[in-house]
Amino acid sequence: MLTLTSPVETRLHRLPAGGKLAVLCLFSAGLFLLRSPVWLALCLAVVALLHLTGGRDLAWRGLGALRILWPFVVIVTLWHGWTGALVEGTAIILRMLAAVAAANLVTMTTRLSDMIDVLSRVMRPIAPVLPPRRLALAVALVIRFVPVLSARVGQIVDAHRARSPRRRPGWRVLAPAALAALDDADRVAEALRARGGAG
Amino acid sequence: MERSLSHIALFTALIAVLGLVPRIDLAAGVPITAQSLGIMLCGTILGARRGALAVLLFLLLVALGLPLLAGGRGGLGVFASPTVGFLLGFPVAAFVAGLIMERTTLAPFWAATAGAVIGGIGVLYLFGITGMAIMLGKSFSEASVLALAFLPGDVLKAVLAGLVTQAVARARPASLLARG
Repeated sequence: MLTLTSPVETRLHRLPAGGKLAVLCLFSAGLFLLRSPVWLALCLAVVALLHLTGGRDLAWRGLGALRILWPFVVIVTLWHGWTGALVEGTAIILRMLAAVAAANLVTMTTRLSDMIDVLSRVMRPIAPVLPPRRLALAVALVIRFVPVLSARVGQIVDAHRARSPRRRPGWRVLAPAALAALDDADRVAEALRARGGAG
Repeated sequence: MERSLSHIALFTALIAVLGLVPRIDLAAGVPITAQSLGIMLCGTILGARRGALAVLLFLLLVALGLPLLAGGRGGLGVFASPTVGFLLGFPVAAFVAGLIMERTTLAPFWAATAGAVIGGIGVLYLFGITGMAIMLGKSFSEASVLALAFLPGDVLKAVLAGLVTQAVARARPASLLARG
């Protein structure tokens, strides 16, 4: 399965993951304290510049990841155009763009393995409640079974098409898909028990 | 123990896979994906505790940078977007749906549909609308107008959750952990 980490190695990739996450937390909290569009625009500019230090490819990916926000940009623009509170509306849009872009930048420049290292460090205090081994096993199972279940759903769709004149089975795949997940879960549980349990 | 773990992991995978299923467009052109249906099913099939854990595991993997949300989205950015309230409401929605499934003696279809409506719509919208109100600087009632567009799709999904849970109850009564 692909991750959202940018394959092009940049300087930002080499910074420690924990540090990047801490800076992101402070930056996001700071954005909510700022009210003036000028300062927020400056924050957005800083995030944009950081994207550009990673090269054109990273900057384009960052821009592409912001596309999901367009409905909110349109809604806020229309709303504040109507009520006349333009300064406030500009601040809301700039804050939203800067916060999401900064978070995406950290995701794009941090490898999954580094993220998992930080996670295991953060989770250490609750190890007696949630043994790290158990969490790691659950994560590995999900990553393995997303493609497996996805292929299973594909088979269900094909089987339905072979039997029915309708082209798209729609909701009819849902119950067989849920049953497939339950059956796989039972088999995995048996396999784990046979190998000495989940720890 | 192994059974709980494998069911939680497999249903986390199911939520992700349901986000990949080609989406259905409603008449108004509002796209609906089956992903929130996956959240409802976690509660109605696995029960409150396991269902909520499966959803938490899903959110954890999204935060780590796996593109498991509908449309191949993921990463930390989605937790900074105006829809963050819906994400944070997902585990609570699954828990409430599971609780209703566990604590009532209604037939599986009715219990699951009621759970999906109360948890997957009522509780989820409460979180989602509060999130949008905070992120977009609007009042709760103003933000709730934005969520209305998704209501018809979600009602449909709640009924589908009821039907799927009923099918599971018939085909694998022992696997319906919410009624175990």
